[in-house]
Amino acid sequence: MAKQGTDSQIVSIADMAVTFASKRGRVNALDGIDLDVQKGEFIAIAGPSGCGKSTLLKAVAGLTKPSHGEIQLRGSRVDAPRQDIGYVFQRAALLDWRSVRGNILIQAEMRGMDMRAANERTDQLIEMTGLGGFEKALPHELSGGMQQRVSLCRALLHEPDVLLMDEPFGALDALTREKMNVELNRIWRETNTTVLLVTHSVAEAVYLATRVVVMSARPGRIVEEHTVDLAPERDYASVLETGEFHRVSSRVRELLGSTATAD
Amino acid sequence: MAALSTQPGTEMMALSEQKSEPGAFARWWSRSWHPIVFVVALAVVWWVVTEAGWVKPYIIPSPVDTWAAFADNAAYLAQHTWVTTYETVVGFVIAIVIGLAVAVVMVYSGGLEKTLYPVILFAQVVPKIAIAPLFIVWLGFGASPKILVAVLMAFFPVVISGLSGLRSADPDVLQLASTMGAGRFKTFIKVRLPAALPELLSGFKVAATLAVTGAVVGEFVGANEGLGYVILQANGNLDTAMLFAALIIMSLMGVLLFGLIQVAERFLIPWHSSKRDLGATTVRL
Repeated sequence: MAKQGTDSQIVSIADMAVTFASKRGRVNALDGIDLDVQKGEFIAIAGPSGCGKSTLLKAVAGLTKPSHGEIQLRGSRVDAPRQDIGYVFQRAALLDWRSVRGNILIQAEMRGMDMRAANERTDQLIEMTGLGGFEKALPHELSGGMQQRVSLCRALLHEPDVLLMDEPFGALDALTREKMNVELNRIWRETNTTVLLVTHSVAEAVYLATRVVVMSARPGRIVEEHTVDLAPERDYASVLETGEFHRVSSRVRELLGSTATAD
Repeated sequence: MAALSTQPGTEMMALSEQKSEPGAFARWWSRSWHPIVFVVALAVVWWVVTEAGWVKPYIIPSPVDTWAAFADNAAYLAQHTWVTTYETVVGFVIAIVIGLAVAVVMVYSGGLEKTLYPVILFAQVVPKIAIAPLFIVWLGFGASPKILVAVLMAFFPVVISGLSGLRSADPDVLQLASTMGAGRFKTFIKVRLPAALPELLSGFKVAATLAVTGAVVGEFVGANEGLGYVILQANGNLDTAMLFAALIIMSLMGVLLFGLIQVAERFLIPWHSSKRDLGATTVRL
């Protein structure tokens, strides 16, 4: 994608590297990462395990400090945990003692948001994610898919400009995962959020993304980027039949196959 | 739409329907007959053994004699029970307050943790009965040295359970909290403390029983009131029946405190796996 005016550019990563000190010496988790994301884009980041995909998301959120280079989020440098993002982990990471509603509202309580507005927004999100009727249920009473919906609602409550998702559906069964993908596509369109999604699944990446970023492992680098030339509104079954889906997913598979051997 | 993994609503309704057929007593009995039957059986064995004269009364008094010692000295025992209860409860509460404060400080400051840990460990391993005489020297003959021994005994499980409880908060949730701009205090109140409750309450249960022991140990060393004093007196008079009566009261005190915390658990952590009603089909592995 050609670089356009900086007005629409929401995330900008320039020559970023992340190095961890471990017992066996220094590990280069990420190296030479350059990535520009435009407002409203849906970026899927695919790569073999250990390629630093999660570290990349954490760096954008300000939870991990880059050892080199810099990240700009909405025009300002990321150097501390950022509040203008929503974060979804692979595990739902809910508070066991709070109901569905309470788990969503924690976002508002922690931020000191106006609780009346937050309550209304929670109602909308519960409606949108199909959690209606389960407002009072505790996390242990919910299936994995529903827990992850709660986690998504929590991440969307404060209407963040950027939604960071770290393998959010990795622990779900294939069928639930497909349903969640369809819902995420709809939620992305309805909320106009910019999404950075880390995933292992090529189908998930290509179905959801406007652009797929493929990474290699050790050190994690961006190997290729592919724009997915499909309309934002995507019907699951018919998208899977398109030539564009096949073109991008076979190329991504090829890349992952070649990088996986180095893993 | 993914359905609930289990449907608690319908399941629970079905259960309560099944249970509402027998009366409240029958339901209570079916839940709690195990320990009751055991205790009654134990009492019968006790009664038979002593009544048959196989054991001398000054070794083990009969349940009848024990009951008589209990009934004849009700006012005397009640007065001393009150003293020990007071020392135990005050000691327990102080142990919770100080123990929690220390745990919080240690969780938030690595330096203080390193400094305090050996001190706390030392306070734990030093035999309390050995330093109790010192407390009498320091604090005199009243309730305070007994309370201090109770505090010292109950303190350690509170600190240890507090430490591991406060550390058990989900690291993902803690990271999330930092993206919510929540300060340390808010994160503590809304995330760390509730997450710590299950372990804390387990620690409280251990602490409660130890507080009783602490108070009695304090009384053994030097007292003119309390159940420890009653036991020493009864021992001196070879009044084993009285000794048994005092022992039973002391045990009941510990059980009662333990039970109170268990009730608190039901209200404070109904969400925790240890408190969930798994229904009749629970499989023990």
